Amino acid sequence: MKQNSLKGWFKSGAPGVWISGGAVSIAVIMTIGLLSVIAVRGLGHFWPADLVHAQYDVPGNANHVLIGEVVQKEEVPRERLKSAGLPVPDQGPEFMTRELIKVGNRDLNGNDFTWVVGEWLTNQSTPPELMAIERREWGNFYGYLVNVKENGKVIAEGAAAWPELQARVKRINELAAQLSQLEKKDIGAINYGLERIRLHGRKLELDGKLTPQAQADMESERAELNARYKAIEERLGDLHAQFNRDSLTARDANGKELEISIGKVVKAYQPNAMNSWQKLGMYFSNIWEFLTQDPREANTEGGIFPAIFGTVMMTLIMAVIVTPFGVLAAVYLREYAKQNTLTRVIRIAVNNLAGVPAIVYGVFGLGFFVYVLGGSVDRLFFAEALPAPTFGTPGLMWASLTLALLAVPVVIVATEEGLARIPRTVREGSLALGATKSETLWKIVLPMASPAMMTGMILAVARAAGEVAPLMLVGVVKLAPSLPLDGNYPYLHLDQKIMHLGFHIYDVGFQSPNVEAARPLVYATALLLVLVIATLNLSAVWIRNHLREKYKALES
Amino acid sequence: MQHESPTHGINMSALGRSKQSLSLADEAVAIEVPGLNLYYGEKQALFDVSLNIPKQRVTAFIGPSGCGKSTLLRTFNRMNDLVDGCRVEGEINLYGNNIYRKGEDVAELRRRVGMVFQKPNPFPKTIYENVVYGLRIQGINKKRVLDEAVEWALKGAALWDEVKDRLHESALGLSGGQQQRLVIARTIAVEPEVLLLDEPCSALDPISTLKVEELIYELKSKFTIVIVTHNMQQAARVSDYTAFMYMGKMVEYGDTDTLFTNPAKKQTEDYITGRYG
Repeated sequence: MKQNSLKGWFKSGAPGVWISGGAVSIAVIMTIGLLSVIAVRGLGHFWPADLVHAQYDVPGNANHVLIGEVVQKEEVPRERLKSAGLPVPDQGPEFMTRELIKVGNRDLNGNDFTWVVGEWLTNQSTPPELMAIERREWGNFYGYLVNVKENGKVIAEGAAAWPELQARVKRINELAAQLSQLEKKDIGAINYGLERIRLHGRKLELDGKLTPQAQADMESERAELNARYKAIEERLGDLHAQFNRDSLTARDANGKELEISIGKVVKAYQPNAMNSWQKLGMYFSNIWEFLTQDPREANTEGGIFPAIFGTVMMTLIMAVIVTPFGVLAAVYLREYAKQNTLTRVIRIAVNNLAGVPAIVYGVFGLGFFVYVLGGSVDRLFFAEALPAPTFGTPGLMWASLTLALLAVPVVIVATEEGLARIPRTVREGSLALGATKSETLWKIVLPMASPAMMTGMILAVARAAGEVAPLMLVGVVKLAPSLPLDGNYPYLHLDQKIMHLGFHIYDVGFQSPNVEAARPLVYATALLLVLVIATLNLSAVWIRNHLREKYKALES
Repeated sequence: MQHESPTHGINMSALGRSKQSLSLADEAVAIEVPGLNLYYGEKQALFDVSLNIPKQRVTAFIGPSGCGKSTLLRTFNRMNDLVDGCRVEGEINLYGNNIYRKGEDVAELRRRVGMVFQKPNPFPKTIYENVVYGLRIQGINKKRVLDEAVEWALKGAALWDEVKDRLHESALGLSGGQQQRLVIARTIAVEPEVLLLDEPCSALDPISTLKVEELIYELKSKFTIVIVTHNMQQAARVSDYTAFMYMGKMVEYGDTDTLFTNPAKKQTEDYITGRYG
C-alpha cells in the first residue's frame, strides 16, 4: 500500500515540480546572496565611522595610543596568534578577538591599517573633538586639531580653530575647482591646438606644400596660443600661491605635532560629534563623490567616474556597431541566401563563434584591429603624427570593435529567430499588393522583427559590458588622463584609451599596493558594474517591450 | 420526391438566385489559360489545365483538398514563384499578354491581379496605413489622394461605417471578419483588374462569411473575381461560373447552375453529391 502511494506520488509529477521549484529557489537565493554581499561590503565603506581613541598594551612592550576606525573584527584561535609570534599568554580562552583598525597617517606610520588583538586594547573612548582629514595625498589623517595658520601666523586656536578650518577648506575646494578647470579644460584646449598646428605643419611638409605663407600663418596662430597660455600660467601661479596660503597644525595619537597645508585637504570632519542625520548626509555625499570624481592615489581613493563613463561609452559604441551588422547578416542568411549545406555550415560557425573564449578575441583585436587596421589607418590618414601612433595603438574604437565581434553571433541568432517567426501570410500579403521583396523586407518584415533585434542587442550588451579580459589588450588602461568625449574637435576621441569598471575591479583588487584600502572599493565598483549593466539592459528591455506592443504578432 | 436533383442539399432556387442564362462562349475573356502544366520539383501538380476566366464575373474553383485549385489560382499572380522548385510550363494570358513571358514585371502584375488569402493577414499598422500600403508602394504619398482612396476602398469593402472613427488605430484590434474585409479593401485600393480570393471565408464565422459573400456579389461589377472555396454552397451562392478540379486536372467547367444541377461528368456529380472529397 505504501509502495503504491509512493508510486502514485511519483506518477503525479509532484517530485518534478518540487525539483524544478527547488532549482528556481536556489538560483534566486544565490543571486540575492551575491548582490547583498557586494552591496553590504561595498556600501558600508561610505559610512563615516566613529573614531576610537585607545591604549594598546602588548605584554612586554611599551604601550602606545591608537586612533582610528575599527574596520573588521574576527574571532581567532589563540594558538594561531601564538604561532604568529604574538606574546599570547599560555593559559586563557580558546578564542581571542582580532581587530583591523584603520589608523591612517600613512606619512607617519608607513601603514594605513593595523591588526590588533582586541583583548589588549584598553581605555577605549570616542572623544568628540577627534578629527578625520581626507587628504589629496597620503590618505586619511586622524588626530586632534591644534590651530589654523595663515601665511605661518596662527589665526585660531582651540575651540575656535574648527569652524575656521571648515571655512578655509571650503575656500580651498572652490580654488581646486578653478584650478582643475584651468588645467584640464583651458590648458588642455591650448595643448590640443598647439598639437594640431604641429601636425598641420608636418602634413604640409610631407605633402611638400610648406610655403613661407603657411609657415607664417601657423607661427602667428602658435604665438596667439602661447600668449593665451602665458595669461593662464600667470593665473595658475597666482592660484597655487593662494592654495598654499593656509595650513593647520594637528596632533597625532602619540602627541606628535604635524603641519598640514590646507591645500592638501579634501575635507575634514569630526565623526564622533556628528549625529545620525549628519552622518547619513555625509554618507550620500560620499557616494556621490565616488560616482562623480576622478580617482586618486593609484585608484584607491576618490571616485570612479572615468571608469563608469568609459564602460557606458564603449558599450554604446559597441551596440551601435553590432546591431546593424548582425541584423544585416541575419537578413542575408535568412531571407536571401539559398538554404543549403553552405548556409548550414555558416550558421553552425556563427553559433560556435559565440563560444570562443573572450581573450581569444582580445588577441585577435590586438593583432588585426590595432596593428593591421590601425597601422594602415595611421599610414593613410595620420601620416603627419608618425612615428607616434594615432589609431595604431589600443583605444576606444578597437575595444568597441572587438566587443562587437564578440557579441555579433548573439545578435545574428536572435534576429534570425525573429525573422523566422514572422508569418508567411503577412509577407505574401505585402507581395500580393505589388511590393517587391526588398520593399516587403523594409516596410513589413524588419519592423515586425525589431523586438527580436532588440533582444539580440540586449544579450549582446549583457555579454559585452561585463567582459574584461579582451579589453586589457585593446584599449582599457588603469588610468586614462582624459575622457573620450570633450569640447575639443572632433569631440568624440575614438583613438583614446579608456577606463573600464571591470578592469578597474581587477586593477584595484589585485594590482594595488594598499590592499586593505582597496577591498571595499572592489565591492563598491563591482556593485556599480552590476548596476550599470542592469541599467543598460533594462532600458533596452523597455524599448523592446514598447516595440513588441506595437508589432503584436498575428497569432490568433 | 418530385424529381431527383443530384445536388442533394444544394437547392439552387432556395439560395435565392434567379435562373440566369449564362454562356461561357458569349463572355469577354479576362484570363486565358491554354494548357498549363505545373511541377513542384519532380511532382506534377497541374495537368494540362485549360480554361478562360470571363471578365467581370465570379468564377469559383471547387474540388477536394490537394486537387490543385489554390495552385492554379496562385499562377494568376505568380505567387507560386515564391515556392522553391516550382516550375510552370505553358502560358497564361491576361488580356492577351503572357504573364509568364521573360521580363514580365511581377510586382506590376500583382498590382493588376490582387489576392486575398485564407487567413486575414493585416499588417501590424493602422487601418489607414493598411489600406494605403499598396498605393504608397507605388509612390503615391499625397494625403488628399490617399484619404479619398481609403474612403473609397473601405466603402467598397463595406467596412467604412464600422471603422471610420478609428482609422488611425491598429488594424490588429479588428475582429476576424473585419480584418478580412480590411484585407479586401487593401487589395481593391490599388484598383486591380482581377481579384483572386483563396478561401476567403474559411477562417470566418457564418455572419462574417455572409458579409464577405455579399461583398463579392457587389464587387463583381467592377472586378473580375476568381474564388477558391471548399464550401460548395458558397460556390453555388456567389459564382457565375464554376470549375471542378480533381487530382490536378480540370474535370468540368461551366456556368454554375448547369454544373450543380446537371453536371456532365460522373466525377463532378459524385463530388457535389458528397460521395467523396
